[in-house]
Amino acid sequence: MARIIVITSGKGGVGKTTTSSALAMGLALRGHRTAVIDFDVGLRNLDLVMGCERRVVYDFVNVLNSEANLTQALIKDKRCENLFILPASQTRDKSSLKREGVGRVMEELSRGFDYVVCDSPAGIEHGAMMAMYYADDAIIVTNPEISSVRDSDRMLGILAGKSRRAETAATPIREYLLLSRYDPERVQRGDMMSVDDVQEILSLELLGVVPESKAVLTASNAGTPIILDKESDAGQAYSDVVKRYLGERLPHRFIETTKKGLLNRLFGE
Amino acid sequence: MGLLDRFRSNTSNQQVRGSAVVAKERLQILVAHDRAERNRPPYLNQLKEDILIVVRKYVNVDLNAIQVTYEQDERREILELNITFPDTSHSHNHDAK
Repeated sequence: MARIIVITSGKGGVGKTTTSSALAMGLALRGHRTAVIDFDVGLRNLDLVMGCERRVVYDFVNVLNSEANLTQALIKDKRCENLFILPASQTRDKSSLKREGVGRVMEELSRGFDYVVCDSPAGIEHGAMMAMYYADDAIIVTNPEISSVRDSDRMLGILAGKSRRAETAATPIREYLLLSRYDPERVQRGDMMSVDDVQEILSLELLGVVPESKAVLTASNAGTPIILDKESDAGQAYSDVVKRYLGERLPHRFIETTKKGLLNRLFGE
Repeated sequence: MGLLDRFRSNTSNQQVRGSAVVAKERLQILVAHDRAERNRPPYLNQLKEDILIVVRKYVNVDLNAIQVTYEQDERREILELNITFPDTSHSHNHDAK
């Protein structure tokens, strides 16, 4: 049985797809058979971030409508044999996602995979609801910014009330916080909320802090999940995220400013 | 920027320090409010209307005369009904909890 993980946030542009691709790749690299699904029907992007956009033949909606089977639609990653991508349809709309159909696909994936990562669309409409409905775990991607935190809290309410686990009174979804686009210097200056501030408000288990990093754009430009860029701070942060998700206890990195010496402070920048 | 300004800018930073604090405070209020709203039982409005029907059998009050507040802490839920009777000859304020 696979563990189903939803990457969600409410707010758009906070790093859901970046996180989905990094987590899926990270899990696969550690030997777990992993499928990553793009739930953003109509605005498919995961294939671009994963670098497999030219290999899309069939998509999630084709599978739901029995126009293709899963084996035909799943794209095998070229860098890691344990990783498969199920792209969203670009031409249909989100109403193509029916709860029963999605459930069937989840069940089938559960049989062949260890982890199923669901990349949720932004918002709290149907697509986002479908992405989180069958989840066992939820990673709430949040930026240290007022509207993102509020939306994350809203999403927590939805996970607690509208998911399958909530409806069947099963063990609740395990919820984790992933704080992204974090800028320790701005935090130190007092114009960005700190990890502690956000945690105090959301009270979630912190899975990791991903610093604001130019490497993220470079990686998505190239279609490479950021976790493969082992030199970059964001890539390393995502490696830690994967390890923590799998149960390792690691200290959080990238939350302190790199200490500047006196000379640097006087003449730097 | 002169050398002195560089030292000075450190002190003025202390005053600027605050937009994150403001954000956090605003969020704490917002989130508490959102959560309270979310945790309200869905039947509250219907309950209010039903109580009004019962009360109206005896006293003519309007919907605004009934206040229903709902609070929840870790150990208990408190549903408070406050009915203000109209100001007639032998008027009295009646609280029901």
